[in-house]
Parts: sequence; structure tokens; C-alpha cells
Amino acid sequence: MSLKKACAIAGVAESRLGHVPDSTVLSLQAEALIGALADAGLEKKDIDGMFVAGNWGRMPPLQVGEYLGLHPRYVDSTAVGGSSYEFHLGHAAAAIQAGLCQVAVILYGSTQRSKRDRFIFQVRDELGYQYETPYGMPVPVGAYALAASRHMHEYGTTSEQLAELAVATREWAMLNPVAFRREKLTVDEVLDSGWMATPLHKLDCCLFTDGGGAVILVSPEIAKTLAKPPVWLLGQGEAISHAVISQMADLTRSPAYESGKRAFAMAGIDHADLDVVEIYDSFTITVLLTLEALGFCKPGEGGRLFEGGRTAPGGEFPLNTNGGGLSYCHPGQYGIFLIIEAVRQLRGECGPRQVADAALALVSGTGGVLSSNSTAILGLE
Amino acid sequence: MADIESFDPDAKPYWDAAARGELAYQRCTACDAAVFFPRAICPDCGAANPAWRVSAGKGTVYACSVVHRAPPSYQDKAPYAVVLVDLDEGFRMMSNVVDCDPSGVSIGDRVAVVFRPDEDGRAVPFFVPA
Repeated sequence: MSLKKACAIAGVAESRLGHVPDSTVLSLQAEALIGALADAGLEKKDIDGMFVAGNWGRMPPLQVGEYLGLHPRYVDSTAVGGSSYEFHLGHAAAAIQAGLCQVAVILYGSTQRSKRDRFIFQVRDELGYQYETPYGMPVPVGAYALAASRHMHEYGTTSEQLAELAVATREWAMLNPVAFRREKLTVDEVLDSGWMATPLHKLDCCLFTDGGGAVILVSPEIAKTLAKPPVWLLGQGEAISHAVISQMADLTRSPAYESGKRAFAMAGIDHADLDVVEIYDSFTITVLLTLEALGFCKPGEGGRLFEGGRTAPGGEFPLNTNGGGLSYCHPGQYGIFLIIEAVRQLRGECGPRQVADAALALVSGTGGVLSSNSTAILGLE
Repeated sequence: MADIESFDPDAKPYWDAAARGELAYQRCTACDAAVFFPRAICPDCGAANPAWRVSAGKGTVYACSVVHRAPPSYQDKAPYAVVLVDLDEGFRMMSNVVDCDPSGVSIGDRVAVVFRPDEDGRAVPFFVPA
């Protein structure tokens, strides 16, 4: 049995984004939920499924359900990093298909910026982590830097190619009124932004913001009763690889290799059919590795995808059209925002950054240190 | 002495070996896979209790990053080279290449293990150019 068209996305919303000091992780999720319900034309009492990963606090699903007054009959808190929200898409579809819920909400919120949670942190010196913590690798950027070093060594990928992605993503952000960074950016500015961990510069890294999001999924029966056009889940695949970077067998091959094959097979489409692509950009290298693993190019050729502004507004490969985690927002985990943007593109709601006649979108979330990936294909039909 | 809560039976032989100046790893008694980090199951074939071995401590740098923006307790050491080393016995581990200019460390470099005490006096494996 396939999850193809087992559910549709009916409502999406962000909370306030950026620097939101008068908020908590819970109040931001309330803002997003209220927005997503209004977008869907549904009421809170309609929700009977809840998907909360939470990278904060104790038993986040209980705190979220309590605060929002949700009493779902189906709960999932799969937590595999920033990609968790794409995992939730597939899990919600399965639950809806099985009749375990009819209206599911995926929720996320973070006050990482205003509460000054550390961007670079040290993990606890225990279990598998104890073999890495003595060496001072900043998590997560150091792990992605190691992967970038290996890709550059094997394939000759350059810092300039990665910088071109950061610049193109900024050009999309300049078209998004709620993006955090909207000033023009050049390749030289990326290359001169200072090292975080070689070969990654500061501007190869995602933002550090507050923000929340909500995505509401419904059964096909309910989807047909709502005002806005349903955005169907056509395919989804997921894969996990490792928790610590030294356990990743090949640093140039993302687990998107497995999850992407599963998603494409379920949807029954080809790469050329896609109109818009939203890829988790925790770091520039994340996007390159994900695109290669998903088969948008051969291994080693990912750098060329970014050359000459191909992924910028007006380019042949519309990518990260909201400005991404690099320039729009990145509140600790970003996966839910990939879905929000893809849905808006498919509905034609994106104003100056709208990709013309977008009918088929791919979202791909990567979590941990290239540890997990879930890829989903969404469409209007 | 570690308290009961933090006692880790997988890790203890590894850190005890480090205190003797030995780099310990495991090898599966069923499928012969090299196993690192230490654990109670072979992650390849699923056999229980891989056997302990001692590595010759020689390896090749697989990936390398020079850290400039370090975590708080490492800031006085930056810049330093974080590496993944492929040991000759067929396992991979993270470490630092020390006693050299970190910007000179490259993928493919041959390195050899040395043991240095951390802030708590525990012997930790690092690598030096070989």
C-alpha cells in the first residue's frame, strides 16, 4: 500500500519570525496554529492528530498539547533533528490512511535567538558522543565542514560554488518580506565572512532566529470540502544513517540517497517534472550533498548546479524560494518551513517570488549531522 | 572513580586501554568486521560482544576541518585541526592532529596515535603526523 494521496495539506502558517523576545516556544506554536487553522478553514476542535518533535524541554508533545488545549487521538513525536517535520508528513499520512486520525497538525516553535541558546554547543560526554567530545568539534557546523572537506577533496568542489548558492538564496530572501536577511550579498562577501570551521565560512551557515510553524494535514474526504485547493502528498521516503559524524560511512553520500528513491518511486515522477525544490540549507554543503543524493546530478557535480545563478530568481532551477535557512529564518530546526513554502508556491500565493505555474514540488529535510533525511513530493493533482 | 550512574561497560575497556597507552577497538568474532566505537553488538551482522583488539595506531586522514569558532571550553586552543582518521585495521575515529600547524593537515596524510591527558587527567588519543 502506498501513501500517495493518502492525505492533503490544507493549512500552513508561520508565527512571527526573526527576533521575537515577547514569546515562548509555546506561544509561537499557538500563533502558528491559529494561522494555519484560519488558512485551512478549520477549527481547533477538528484536530485529532498531533505531531511534535520539539528540541526543547521535557516531553514537548505533552507541553504543546496542554498549552494549546489539543486532545488528539493520535500522537507522534519522532525527533531526528531538523528533518523531523518531513518524517511527520509521512507518518501523518499513514495514520490518516489507517483511519487513526483525520485532521493532523505538525507544530514547531523556537526562541533560540531571543533566549540566546547557543548555536555552537557541546554535546554531553556520554554513550557514542564520548568518542568525539574530547576533540572540540563545534556541533553541528564542524561535522558539515568535515563533509565539505571530503567533497572538495574527492571532486574539486570549490568555496566559490558554495558561495553562489548563498548568494542565490539571498536573492530569493530579498523577495520575501518576512526574511531575516534581505540586503544584497556577493560571492566575495561570503568568502570574506570569516571561517567557522574550514572550509565553511560564516555565511555558509544558516541563521540563528526565533520562529514557529504549523502544517495541517487532512483526509481526502475533508480536503474536498475546503475552500483552498488541496496540496497532495504524492510521495515520501525517509532514512536515518548515524548520530555522530565519525560513524557516517561516506561523508559525500547523504541518507537522502535512500529516502529520495523511496519518495520518487511512490510519487511516480521524474526530476524534470518538478517545478520548485525546497532543500534544507543548514549549511551550503547540506544542499549540495542533498541534491546529489536525490539524483538531481551525478555524485560530485553538485557544485555546478549553483554556478551562474541557476538557482536564483529567474534561473532554471528555482531552489529555496523563501530565502531558506541561510537568509529567511532558521529557528534551531527548519524542516517545517520547507513544507510551508512548498505549499504556498503550489497555491500561487508567493507574490514577487512566485514560481510561475508551480504544480509539483519537492521538499527534503536533513537533520542532525547529515544523520537523517526525509523527502516528500507535493502536488496539486 | 566513576559513579554507578555514569558507569559505561562498553567504554571502560577503551578508556582503561588509553590509560595504558593503547588504542583499543573491537572485532566481530562472527563476521570479522572492525567495530568502533565499542558496543555490545556487531553493527554489521548483529553478533553479540565483539572481541577487544589493540590497534597499531597508524592511520590516514579521511576528512579534516580547522576549527576557528570553537565551543566555549576550547576557545583558547583554536585554531585546531579536527580530523576523521581511518585506522589501518579498518575502523574510523575522530581526533585532533596535534604538534603541527593545523592549516598544514590534509586529507590523505599519514598519522600516528599519541596519548595526552585531558583536563581531568584522563588519557585521550590524539594523532601526530607520521
